[in-house]
Amino acid sequence: MRTGLIAKKLGMTRMFDNDGHHLPVTILKVENCQVVSVQTEEKNGYISLQLGAGSRKAKNISKPVRGHYAKAKVEPKAKLVEFVVSQDAVVEVGTEIPVSHFVEGQFVDVSGVTIGKGFAGAMKRWNFGGMRATHGVSVSHRAHGSTGQCQDPGKVFKGKKMAGHMGARSQTVQNLKVVSVDEEQGLIFVYGAVPGAKKGWVTIHDAVKKTLPENAPFPVGLRSVIEKNTEAAVEVVNDENKEKEEDK
Amino acid sequence: MNEIENFEQQQMEKLIADKKIPNFDPGDTVRVNVKIKEGTRERIQGYEGVCIAKGGKGMNHSFTVRKISYGEGVERVFPLFSPRIESIILIRRGDVRRSKLYYLRDRRGKSARIKERTTGHGIEEKTPKSVKAKKVAANG
Repeated sequence: MRTGLIAKKLGMTRMFDNDGHHLPVTILKVENCQVVSVQTEEKNGYISLQLGAGSRKAKNISKPVRGHYAKAKVEPKAKLVEFVVSQDAVVEVGTEIPVSHFVEGQFVDVSGVTIGKGFAGAMKRWNFGGMRATHGVSVSHRAHGSTGQCQDPGKVFKGKKMAGHMGARSQTVQNLKVVSVDEEQGLIFVYGAVPGAKKGWVTIHDAVKKTLPENAPFPVGLRSVIEKNTEAAVEVVNDENKEKEEDK
Repeated sequence: MNEIENFEQQQMEKLIADKKIPNFDPGDTVRVNVKIKEGTRERIQGYEGVCIAKGGKGMNHSFTVRKISYGEGVERVFPLFSPRIESIILIRRGDVRRSKLYYLRDRRGKSARIKERTTGHGIEEKTPKSVKAKKVAANG
């Protein structure tokens, strides 16, 4: 099982395929997505890769977390996510994973936090029909109606669909097709909609219900030039060391 | 410009790179050459009529062309940046005062005509009479 990627949702637009069909696509941007730590069977009881993406100012991070990044020799990240992987898909700490990890035509699952709707009624939250506009209905046009039986159960059953908080929860959309991948700008174009607001973080994984195409890179896609980021990471670590000395 | 707009800009430039699309407005008569696939062969079919509406912005720009085919009104909506459009030819400019000419749907024959526009934007100005007179005087 390969690792996934952390991406930022930029928004939706349209593309045309060669036959002139219109494709609604979501643009996802992957920026400095790196392996920050590796969870191992011996130490943690499971195997996973902790990836980080985006960037954050070092001054805004607490010292222990800064130490975590310093240990991995990577720049501080805005978002950290763990991906459970199989033993053979483990890669070194500090490896940058580019968008070419995913190939055109493959299917992916995308998870994100949906847009919050606040306290929503049963009509909006569960698509209830509501009540009639006239014929004697008063005050309760959008009410959910009955919630159960009589004295016999004498209670409302658990899981009854009622009004309540809607949205702002984690959700996964399965089997979205990758329309194209732009390695230069770090963009992935996915067919259809993806949960979450614009500029929100989402995670992309290989679709669990589809077989991985053979041309997909294993364990991770690699970019030819990754020196730039490692250099920057070393600088950060040096700064950290200086600070430590000054503290002493 | 945000990244989406940037991407759309690039897409648009790519899609119309080898095409020449004239500046046309509602009321103008246009001929849209559409690529049609028949099995393995591809041919081009012209669709000529009056542009009665334009809509959308950027990548989503589309226009509606209306024509009367065998006595039946036919309307087709084309995305301006569709790769199926081979070319667009501007045939005649129309003098209209509305941006959406849906009133043409209720009209037939003589009342559904549109006057030709000979002046205004997009058309080279004719030399005004006073300038002409001066030129004649100078030459004479």
